[in-house]
Amino acid sequence: MGASQTRSDNRYQDLMDKTGFSLEQIKNLHKRFLHLSGNEETISRENLESISALSNNPLRKQIIDAFFDKRNQRDDKAGFFHEIGFEQFLMVMSHFRPPNLKTTAEEKEAMRKEKLRFLFNMHDTDNDGIITLTEYRKVVEELLSKSGAIGLEAAKAIADAAMLEVASTNVPHMAPEDFYEGITFEHFEQILKGLEMESRMHIRFLDVDTTTMRCGKATM
Amino acid sequence: MHLSGLVQLWLLGSLMLTWPVSGLIRMHPESTGTSAETDHGHHNSSVEEVPIVTFKWPHVKTPYLITLWIFVAFLGKMVIEANHHVTSVIPESALLICFGFILGGMIWGADKKQTFTLTPEVFFLYLLPQVILDAGYTMPNKLFFTNLGAILIYAIIGTCWNAASVGLSLWGCHEGGAMGDIEIGLLQYLLFGSLIAAVDPVAVLAVFEQVHVNEVLFIMVFGESLLNDGVTVVLFNVFDAFVSLGGPKINAAEIVKGIVSFFVVAFGGSLLGMVFGLLISLLTRCTKNIKIIEPGFIFVLGYLSYLTAEMLSLSAILSIVFCGVCCQKYINANMDENSVNTVRYAMKVLANGSETIIFVFLGISAIDKEIWVWNTGFILLTLLFIIIYRIIGVFFLTWILNKFRLVPVSFIDQVIMSYGGLRGAVAYGLAVMLDESKIKEKNLMISTTLIVVYFTVIFQGITMKPLVRWLKVRRANTSELTLIEKVQNKVFDHMLVAIEDISGQIGHNYMRDKWKHFEDKWMTNVLMKPSARKVRDQVFKVFHRLNLKDAVSYVAEGERRGSLEFVRNETAIVDFKKKIGEDFTEVMPDIMADTSSDYDAMTDMRRDPVPSVSLEIHEQGMKGVRETEDVNTHHLLQQHLYKSRKQHRHRYSRSHFHVNEDEKEVQEIFQRTMRNRLESFKSAKMGVAPPKTISKHQKKDQQQQQKMANGKQLDKSKTYNSGDEDFEFSEGDSATGFEASGTSSPWRVTYRAGAGIENPAFMPDMDLTDPLQVPPWLADTELDSSSSMVAPSQRAQVRLPWTPSNLRRLAPLRISTRSTDSFMMADREATQPRNEDDERFPPPPPPPPAPHRDEGHM
Repeated sequence: MGASQTRSDNRYQDLMDKTGFSLEQIKNLHKRFLHLSGNEETISRENLESISALSNNPLRKQIIDAFFDKRNQRDDKAGFFHEIGFEQFLMVMSHFRPPNLKTTAEEKEAMRKEKLRFLFNMHDTDNDGIITLTEYRKVVEELLSKSGAIGLEAAKAIADAAMLEVASTNVPHMAPEDFYEGITFEHFEQILKGLEMESRMHIRFLDVDTTTMRCGKATM
Repeated sequence: MHLSGLVQLWLLGSLMLTWPVSGLIRMHPESTGTSAETDHGHHNSSVEEVPIVTFKWPHVKTPYLITLWIFVAFLGKMVIEANHHVTSVIPESALLICFGFILGGMIWGADKKQTFTLTPEVFFLYLLPQVILDAGYTMPNKLFFTNLGAILIYAIIGTCWNAASVGLSLWGCHEGGAMGDIEIGLLQYLLFGSLIAAVDPVAVLAVFEQVHVNEVLFIMVFGESLLNDGVTVVLFNVFDAFVSLGGPKINAAEIVKGIVSFFVVAFGGSLLGMVFGLLISLLTRCTKNIKIIEPGFIFVLGYLSYLTAEMLSLSAILSIVFCGVCCQKYINANMDENSVNTVRYAMKVLANGSETIIFVFLGISAIDKEIWVWNTGFILLTLLFIIIYRIIGVFFLTWILNKFRLVPVSFIDQVIMSYGGLRGAVAYGLAVMLDESKIKEKNLMISTTLIVVYFTVIFQGITMKPLVRWLKVRRANTSELTLIEKVQNKVFDHMLVAIEDISGQIGHNYMRDKWKHFEDKWMTNVLMKPSARKVRDQVFKVFHRLNLKDAVSYVAEGERRGSLEFVRNETAIVDFKKKIGEDFTEVMPDIMADTSSDYDAMTDMRRDPVPSVSLEIHEQGMKGVRETEDVNTHHLLQQHLYKSRKQHRHRYSRSHFHVNEDEKEVQEIFQRTMRNRLESFKSAKMGVAPPKTISKHQKKDQQQQQKMANGKQLDKSKTYNSGDEDFEFSEGDSATGFEASGTSSPWRVTYRAGAGIENPAFMPDMDLTDPLQVPPWLADTELDSSSSMVAPSQRAQVRLPWTPSNLRRLAPLRISTRSTDSFMMADREATQPRNEDDERFPPPPPPPPAPHRDEGHM
């Protein structure tokens, strides 16, 4: 018992260095991970898809994909896992780690870039470095699919208009025959420059155990 | 449309601004301003004979003076705002106070007495509600509720801390003998502390509005200042009650009662406001038939929520804030767009107006010998303490908050927050409300409050901007959110919820998501009109706005150049096309759906058979015009169109705004426009006539032809577009030449751009560019042109009648005598195969359109 304790502690230590989570957070997330996987070592798509709270989320597919996307593991590989272990799970989660007062400007910039990359990957499904209109449309369609009132046509039109906007901001003077193929990462960065990524794209990872709270949630 | 807004705005504006100041002016029979004195004798003397005119100054005196004061205050504002060099350095509020000094000085010089001061009654009952309602109504809700925890802590704990610490410290200094000989006890000090504790929303807004700090910082300062006003008033009342009770009688039970009353008053007020907010939302569901009154409900009920809270001795400020916050979303969705605009503008007029008056009168009030009691120790110590304790309070509370906040408040933001503790009219109003019988040193408190207000508003206000710049505070990005950013924001929201769900955390996002679900399920169903539910999506709104903007700029461009038709040939739309290929056309059906209702009248009208009688009359008029005018034919014609003829009469109605909906007239305009287009078109085609526009036309034409020669790329894209469009508006609206695009280049120029128009408003216009759909006057035109201009080329004449799609659309008009259809059809068939050769641009789609026809090239 004691030996396994230290072993897992070592493992946690590793993960802490890698992901920047605190020990408590990692323990919490691990608990959650085991809960999701049914005490297995790895987690599969079905596990995530079975989360009931997620069923209403229009972006469910994209998010779940993101967990299995090798590009989000910070080691420039492409493709998809079939199953991910806790480490991969944690790596994806770490994209949403909030900054604290001690993070320096450069670190913040790096975090921002990572977050952007995550977003970009979510859009760029075929991993060619360009978000094409088709890819973008797909996201917008899914995004608006739950709002009911907005039809497919409108979603498409919105995607188109957004794309047009990108095209006109990034390539202001296009020759008539030019054709805007899609958003590259640089353009993506450029467009979202004004967006407050720092204060937006994170969630709170509590240090305290939340399993008890989850019971209350399950009843909702 | 905007007329309605303006009219109402002035009605309401004058109504609500006249009230406020009525109490402002104390009646002083012997001296009511400089102008009043000369008029007194006049009035009494006219009894003996029938007067032709009488001078009835006393009769109108009060409202007259009020209006005059408002007028003067507004004039002052106008003068101040006229010079941007000054306002960029010194905030407007400070300048208004100085303007008040000057005015006060003038009155003092004339009267030797201050006859106009800001009374608490006027301030709290008439001036303040308007400002606060506006603040609540325009509150960025999401931001506010996201930061609500922090705001509440600053507003409640921070204010209590400020009140207590300032009061106790002053008392301590008093005991230490720093103030000399004044009669203020501990309770009075606490009372004073509570009135001076509150950061004033009016002053804060006036300064921060011009500084543009980042939105989190802004909402913190602003939200705090709004809510703590409520808190201060409550605190003030509690301490006031304690003071009246007298020191010895206060025991633990009374203190507990005081605390309980604090919470009851604060939360009760908020709750009452929410109830009123929901009431307004419900009401606006059923005001469809009284659109003119509709905006009035917001003001009346908002004000009622304030008064009701006041009546129940709940916090009126909190009540009206939450009233505005709660109802804004639903009323904006429920009400007619014009009404929403009216509410917005009227709200701004009222708020800005009362803000101006408040600051001017704060200045005027200073010039009064009676209130000035100088006590160096008291005044300076107060100033010192409020600044120090504000800083301590902010830093301490932020330190605690940062332990819990996801995104900590940075040090620099904290500095700005502490420095943004401006005091204002609320403090002054409360100070004036003090009961002199209980507080001997009332005047000292008033003058101290005034000095604090002047110091904070003027000094801190002026230094705020340089400080923000110097500290490099993160500014708000001023630009509008782009569509893609909006979409991205939505992606964020959903993504964060999903991640929270997966990671099993319960955070803000989770709560917000649950709330949103609840809201979608219950609140909107109850509070929102069914028709309004559709368009409330943020992304959709931006999209809609973008479309509108494009359309507007499009028209503007057209007007600048003198002709809409001409614009179509050359402008931005073309660029869009080039950039994004055909996708753009797909935007159109949606817009159609979106705005079509506005243009129903137009479409109906187009379907009507055109009476040929009026047409003849036109012909005459038109001929004359054309012959006399040379350069600006288009422009002038257009001006004529909408202004001439006596059919354009103004009809008065109290309950409806009909700008100009006379059936005949609309038709006439329509016909004239048609003529107009026809003229320009023909002359363009023939390469003759209207000098200005045509020269460009020709250039364009040449360009086109060159392009044609070089490769057929552009050409085909155009063909494709118009084809697509043709389909999309096919249920009778379509008029652009599907067929036309296959023809000679000058033609194409006209049609091509049509495909890029984003607003169906232009659809009728676009149709009109085609001369051939209106056979009745076709013959005339040709006659005209042959007499006054060069005869149309053979080719052009041949082309004239074939526009099957148009004929289909304007069924009643199908009287075409010439039938070149077969020719045309051949032409069309020749075009289509050519398109199919090209892979980049798929052929003009036969309905239905291919959903992903861009895939080939994206």
